Amino acid sequence: MCGIAGYCGDGVAPQDGAALLWRMGRELAHRGPDGQGSHVGRGIGLGHRRLAVIDLSEGAAQPMASACGAIHIAYNGEVFNYLELRAELVARGRRFRSESDTEVVLQLYEEFGPDFVTKLNGDFALAIWDGRSRRLLLARDRVGVRPLFYHWQGGTLYFASEIKALMQVPGFSAEIDPLALDQIFTLWTPLAPRTAFKNVNELPPAHMMIVEGGHAVTRPYWALDFPALGDDPPSRAEGDVAEELRALLEDATRIRMRADVEVGSFLSGGLDSSLISAIAARQAPGRLRTFSLAFDDPAFDESRHQETMAAALGTRHDVLTCRAGDIAAAFPAVVRQMERPVLRTAPAPLYLLAQRLRGEGLKVVLSGEGADEIFAGYDVFREARIRRFCARQPGSTLRPHLFRKIYPYIASLQQQTPEYLAAFFGAGADRPDDPLFSHRPRFRATAGAKLFFSRELKAELAGYDAAEELAASLPAEFSRWHPLHQAQYLETRFLLPGYILSAQGDRMVMAHGVESRFPFLDHRLVEFAARIPPEMKLRGLREKHILRRAGADLLPAAISERPKQPYRAPESVSFSGPDGAYVEALMATPRIAEDGLFNPQATRKLLDKHGRGAIAGFRDAAAFVGILSTQLWLREFAGAAPRKQSAQAV
Amino acid sequence: MSEPVHQHIREFIVENFLFGDDDYELDNGVSLIETDLVDSTGILELVSFLEERFEIAVADADIVPANLDSIDRIAAFVARKRGEGQRLAG
Repeated sequence: MCGIAGYCGDGVAPQDGAALLWRMGRELAHRGPDGQGSHVGRGIGLGHRRLAVIDLSEGAAQPMASACGAIHIAYNGEVFNYLELRAELVARGRRFRSESDTEVVLQLYEEFGPDFVTKLNGDFALAIWDGRSRRLLLARDRVGVRPLFYHWQGGTLYFASEIKALMQVPGFSAEIDPLALDQIFTLWTPLAPRTAFKNVNELPPAHMMIVEGGHAVTRPYWALDFPALGDDPPSRAEGDVAEELRALLEDATRIRMRADVEVGSFLSGGLDSSLISAIAARQAPGRLRTFSLAFDDPAFDESRHQETMAAALGTRHDVLTCRAGDIAAAFPAVVRQMERPVLRTAPAPLYLLAQRLRGEGLKVVLSGEGADEIFAGYDVFREARIRRFCARQPGSTLRPHLFRKIYPYIASLQQQTPEYLAAFFGAGADRPDDPLFSHRPRFRATAGAKLFFSRELKAELAGYDAAEELAASLPAEFSRWHPLHQAQYLETRFLLPGYILSAQGDRMVMAHGVESRFPFLDHRLVEFAARIPPEMKLRGLREKHILRRAGADLLPAAISERPKQPYRAPESVSFSGPDGAYVEALMATPRIAEDGLFNPQATRKLLDKHGRGAIAGFRDAAAFVGILSTQLWLREFAGAAPRKQSAQAV
Repeated sequence: MSEPVHQHIREFIVENFLFGDDDYELDNGVSLIETDLVDSTGILELVSFLEERFEIAVADADIVPANLDSIDRIAAFVARKRGEGQRLAG
């Protein structure tokens, strides 16, 4: 795990290359504190910051050159099946100089060319320069665990693990992309390749880019796919499916414990991280360390379940308690790491937990992320099912009561009449054949926060609809999938890489040089789960049914039967104390007016409402965090050029 | 229905759900839910406002879109409730 940076083209004079790579690498030092290196050639530069995890020797340092010296690689990530791939290459007569997975990747390229990436089981963002053909290959893992951004300037491509490294490129100017802001304020994430920065793109997950002669071709090498309705896989007994699932999950966890450093595990107290921790504990009896977040606000706290699980596993357990104010104090650094506005504070506690991990000497941690996407754990899946159920009897006053059942933690919903419950969730009003049916209420509720956009920004965005852009990007076969699979696709293909794995994942833990690994996102498991019949995943309103069955014997019943509690953190209330004192200045009317993105008067009223402790609804909380994080983004990345000034300059 | 009631309701909605945004074209008949102006918290805020400002009692069963989903509907609901109150008082 590491950070990479580089360029391809004639925009950098050979004598300037090393200095540029050093500056770019310096911005990525948190990702790779264990070493740095660079390779500069005519029209090419590769830089690397190293977090040593596998083969800690200098023999595994990067960029690494091939035996012939013509091919160089800078690589961020881990290939968990590298031992098997290495054996395959040895059988083909290849010899190795190191024990690292990097050399395996390099030799796979030599042996198979760019399509070698389909052989990798892992999380990676890589750059390979082939001096023989003067061709650069960039590639990113299937689900988007590891980030990779790029920026074109004067025919030269610059790329890096994080955008802050690209800001070291001479002539780079940071300006917020209004369409990205609209997407974040609707979908929670920019739609790749778009980023919050107007002139920076992201290589989408499961894509490779080949740059040759100043031209780039980007193409997917893998796609998430589900069976077409009516073309279902042969039916299998549920017990058989659970057994195969269990075997795959155990293997996915086993190979993710490959490291020459200690591997810990997150433990939220829910089903997913408990399962991963239980399997990992069996692999490392008596040695596994688990790490949990607790909150001093009981509405968010799960420590009782975490303690139950840690005691059952006998792990060495460490708890970080997030107190009022901790989120506010960390939030500016969190925005700097995320490099984008965000509508929730949830990444901040994970940033703090990663800091604790690193302080405890850990570099690698297992995570249960991904299970909710591939086994249908999120509320949005159950909500869509209830909405369809209501739509079949639009006048029913009984059916809407089910909405209360899935949102026990939203007090205001518990007090609503069935008529309003139905109305809030659009039950009966939405079109069941709408490709975004499952997510419409969420997108609409989130987009309500755009009320706070300035008159100028609204005018600039007039006619643009982020949800429609998302709908237009869906693959042709999407319409032939089961509704649950359609909803899973939306979560897995967009929100998972765009928010969960990035803003709340890689960026938070790598801020402290900690690498997270996700057994549920092993592509064998992702592909297997996609072919499991919907009713085995969401049985009535019981989420992750097949996963519960597969892991029942590993967990105490109190954990395996526990309904999902979504990971949430206190939102605007986090900024009420002295640690949030900076909010007043950032959201002050003159500053908001000068920056030009939000309505100064409306923002003032929102800030007043915050001051009274009266922000309670989803929209207002999202707007508050969204405006605050955007203002922090502007100060951090475009501080010298408020939007109005930069627009005039252009 | 008297216009001041409409006006009071409008002012509450503009102030609390539109945060003073005067640009928003808020017709008296427009659905507050379909335009995403109120959520489940907002409805409870609205009910609290109606009870205090117009001195009416809103029963749980009254909290339905037919009564509260537009300025016109809210105003008619307030008028009915006031009428009920006067009949009871008489």
